[in-house]
Amino acid sequence: MFTVSGSPHVHGEYSTPKIMYGVVIAMVPAILVSIWFFGIDAVRVLVLAVAASIFFEWVIQKYLMKETSTIADGSALVTGILLAFNVPSNLPSWMVIIGALVAIGMAKMSFGGLGKNVFNPALVARVFLLISFPVQMTSWPKPRAITEGLADVITGPTPLGIVKEGLSAGKTMSELTPEIPTYLQDMTGQMGGSMGEVSAIALILGGIYMLWKKIITWHIPVAVLGTTALFTGILWGFNPESYADPAFHLLTGGLMLGAIFMATDMVTSPMTHGGQLLFGVGVGILTVLIRVWGAYPEGVSFAILLMNAVVPLINRGFKPKRFGTNPGIEIKA
Amino acid sequence: MGLLKTFKLGGVHPAENKLSAQAPIEALPIPKKAFVPLGQNLGAPSKPLVKRGDEVKVGQLIATAGGFIGSNIHSPVSGKVFKIDVVLDSSGFRRPAVTINVEGDEWMENIDRSDEIIKEITATPEEIINKVKDAGLVGMGGATFPTQVKLTPPPGMTAEYLIINGVECEPYLTSDHRVMLERGEEMLIGAQILMKALKVTKGYVGIENNKPDAIEHLSKLANDYQGIEIVPLKVKYPQGGEKQLIKAVVNREVPSGKLPIEVGCVVQNVGTALAVYEAVQKNKPLIERVVTVTGKAVSKPSNFLVRIGTPIGELIEAAGGLPDDTGKVIGGGPMMGKSLLSTDAPVVKGTSGILLMKKAEAHRKPEQACIRCSKCTHVCPMGLEPYLLSRVSKLGKYDMAEQERIMDCIECGSCQYTCPAAIPLLDYLRLGKNKTGQLIRSRNKK
Amino acid sequence: MNIILIAVLALGGIGLISAVILYFVASKFKVYEDPKIDEVEEILPSANCGGCGFPGCRAFAEATAKKAKDEKNLEGLFCPVGGNDVMQLVGETLGLEIEAKDPMIAVVRCNGSHANSPEKVKYEGVSSCSFAHALYAGEGGCQFGCLGLGDCVDACEFDAIHMSDERGLPEVNDKCTACGACVEACPRDIIELRKRGPKEKRIFVSCVNKEKGAVAIKNCSVACIGCGKCEKVCEFDAITITSFLSYIDFEKCKLCRKCVEVCPTNSIWEVNFKPRKPKVDKPKKEAAEAKPIDISKGKATVVNKTDDNNNSGDNRK
Repeated sequence: MFTVSGSPHVHGEYSTPKIMYGVVIAMVPAILVSIWFFGIDAVRVLVLAVAASIFFEWVIQKYLMKETSTIADGSALVTGILLAFNVPSNLPSWMVIIGALVAIGMAKMSFGGLGKNVFNPALVARVFLLISFPVQMTSWPKPRAITEGLADVITGPTPLGIVKEGLSAGKTMSELTPEIPTYLQDMTGQMGGSMGEVSAIALILGGIYMLWKKIITWHIPVAVLGTTALFTGILWGFNPESYADPAFHLLTGGLMLGAIFMATDMVTSPMTHGGQLLFGVGVGILTVLIRVWGAYPEGVSFAILLMNAVVPLINRGFKPKRFGTNPGIEIKA
Repeated sequence: MGLLKTFKLGGVHPAENKLSAQAPIEALPIPKKAFVPLGQNLGAPSKPLVKRGDEVKVGQLIATAGGFIGSNIHSPVSGKVFKIDVVLDSSGFRRPAVTINVEGDEWMENIDRSDEIIKEITATPEEIINKVKDAGLVGMGGATFPTQVKLTPPPGMTAEYLIINGVECEPYLTSDHRVMLERGEEMLIGAQILMKALKVTKGYVGIENNKPDAIEHLSKLANDYQGIEIVPLKVKYPQGGEKQLIKAVVNREVPSGKLPIEVGCVVQNVGTALAVYEAVQKNKPLIERVVTVTGKAVSKPSNFLVRIGTPIGELIEAAGGLPDDTGKVIGGGPMMGKSLLSTDAPVVKGTSGILLMKKAEAHRKPEQACIRCSKCTHVCPMGLEPYLLSRVSKLGKYDMAEQERIMDCIECGSCQYTCPAAIPLLDYLRLGKNKTGQLIRSRNKK
Repeated sequence: MNIILIAVLALGGIGLISAVILYFVASKFKVYEDPKIDEVEEILPSANCGGCGFPGCRAFAEATAKKAKDEKNLEGLFCPVGGNDVMQLVGETLGLEIEAKDPMIAVVRCNGSHANSPEKVKYEGVSSCSFAHALYAGEGGCQFGCLGLGDCVDACEFDAIHMSDERGLPEVNDKCTACGACVEACPRDIIELRKRGPKEKRIFVSCVNKEKGAVAIKNCSVACIGCGKCEKVCEFDAITITSFLSYIDFEKCKLCRKCVEVCPTNSIWEVNFKPRKPKVDKPKKEAAEAKPIDISKGKATVVNKTDDNNNSGDNRK
């Protein structure tokens, strides 16, 4: 018996699971770095976040929404890993599980499931946890190599935290420099921070993989990083003692993680390249505003969430170039 | 040589699978019964002239054009008219057709059947257009638009270029490729005839770069035909769409809702150009065409020269028979072809190929949720947003669909081909176009 | 204490002044509306389905009030959802006598189930009858038959039509208000609004195939072949054959059941009749498939017993 359907009768190689698992592979360098620097705690948080995310998605789909389970497509796995990347490795287990419930249940499923959420689920969970449990969410373990043994963990502020405190206490940047890690330490991951954000190199490696596999395009990361560098560069050029330099801003905090993995989330970012550039610029400006003049030392999460809210409007305004708008010769009416 | 020309917006790269590219054109034996449908062109169906019991010869006029946008139909066989009744078409609908019981192979006397290539064009432009009209020529790329209408620009518009479409961007199909290789000179003369009819001095033949032998062969021949330039094009689907072809070859974009003639171009398929040569120089009406029969499980992928009205089953038999695990039979290529209900349907003027697909490839993947990756938007050659158009078509918001230019869609299928979530975007788009078209028509009536 | 008194007096004063201003503005700018419109709107079922031809119940109420005032009758205005009950009340409110109309119901005139019209191909694609209709003839091969993808089910706002998975055809239950949405939605004009009939009895030809008999029967074993036996046997001139298809005019049909007996393909349906004494000529299997389906059984809701006024009772509680 023949099958009858509308054309086309062939399909390309892309599929949702391929894309999602591609993102997971891109996150592997950062996962390895986090385990190296934060030890067994990192494994605990990762496993819990992933297991809880997948479990909650399965439960909600089976019993609340009464539809077929889509945990096999890998999107819950990605959300779980990103959630783990956004929290300190010493976060209590029950908080991680609440984070997963917020990310999947509140930020994803309540909007209708995959593809229908407005806000990045992992970021919603991070902000929720930050506001609900500010103490636990801001005591960052100091990274030390796993080879140094499983001694008790010491906590301390992130480089951004040190700079913010220091500047508001009246110190200058030159005075603060000895207290913050060097650029090399920032790049490789020897700085305080959440599990995924510490090593810029690992994240960039992941970004290059995703670019190669055509999972993301260059527009959002370049726009975010470029705008941040430009904005902080102007400020720093104006008064190097009151503002940290652009390289510092690019390498510390969650900016790399945000620019490469969070802002590029397909569901919550604009559809056209022009719109994506505007989106990235907005994230960059808001991040710097919050970092320099806001109450929090780190602003990437808020910046991305705020721009997520504007994305539907950006999609309305930025349409792709239509064929036929450039006839090449004069058309008679 | 420099960079190959191409169209800039969108496009995909499906696997080419030109399995029958090396198979020379083979004339298929004449069938015992020919089923000649009366609706073989875009526009009004033709009106039959013959009745039951009439004797007909090959090339005899058996139906006249049903309207301004219509075309004549000639008998592809000689024999006796059995009945004028409804016959199953490729979609399972029953359409009026003339059934002829074949007896022998007697041709009309005025048709020149010799192999001699007649290079001199003695007909005037008006005579050419009349001969094309009388011969019942339609676009052989599949659209079946009556050729004489294309050769008559509306008042106030003049043609500047003729572009011959030798692109054949659809995977698997090779009939145009073989025509360019084996009947290349006649095809070029046909192009010259078209240029004379349109009163233009410059003609282009666009060929995709995966046919280097055809490019080389025609480039050599084109030295003798001034005014005709062979243009190799980058391999990208849908380069063969006429709007994309015009953009690539002469860098002009046909505006939304308008015809190519508005930018001074007329596009014709390679097969149509050959048919024009035969009609004008040899008095031969459109009664046969080259059809590719192909597929991964087909034992002998071939290009057959077939009389119109031959049941498709006979072509499949000649190519080695219907493979056991055939899951889908497609009339045309895999990107835009129609899936057939049975192999009883006859070959018509627009049948470019028959593709037999294995069961494993014949099924669609299950539809999943849209992840808003915007790949569909980036591959659309018309600059549309398929995710948005399919959504509003599903919701029934046809006024919004019209605003977002759903009527510009050329139904190439690139969006559905790319979608990672296997959403049937083109299905929804077609539905939306259908309903929006109804909306526009009822609004224009008021 | 003082401060509380001042607050109370101040706010109370503002409230009082606002109330007075509002009162005067409301009376000055009041738009006169016929009070009957509100009264009629109260009676209407508030389904806002558009079955009456107006955009919503309020618009229908306005139209009836206007027509009652200008022309002293309500011809052409009928609320299919409310039916005769509601129209009686509307008439009383407007001081007019309303003639009771025969209640109607949507009838699906195709019996090309999976058993009668076996699949010859398998369809894969969107669940839209409009799309499938443009794409191909149908899985069973009949180009007039039901495609089974449910555009009618989607269109119904009264939960009155559902797809039967085992037959592959839609079935109408008693909630049907004959609003006409499913009739519009069907791209092949298979659904028709017909009279419900006394005690819900009705007879109709369950086929819309206009092809020659030999062709029709090849695709579906219960197709109408246009043989004309029903036309000959009907004493009330209710049956006409056009284009190899029989049609029973429900205004003329007297439900005598003679046509049902003579149909050679079991194409004519009699619904809600008492079963006949069994004859042994027709094969039981085909007869069981094609004969009456009592819509009160199975998935449909239970029909309230009809009273002698042909009212089927209010099922929309």
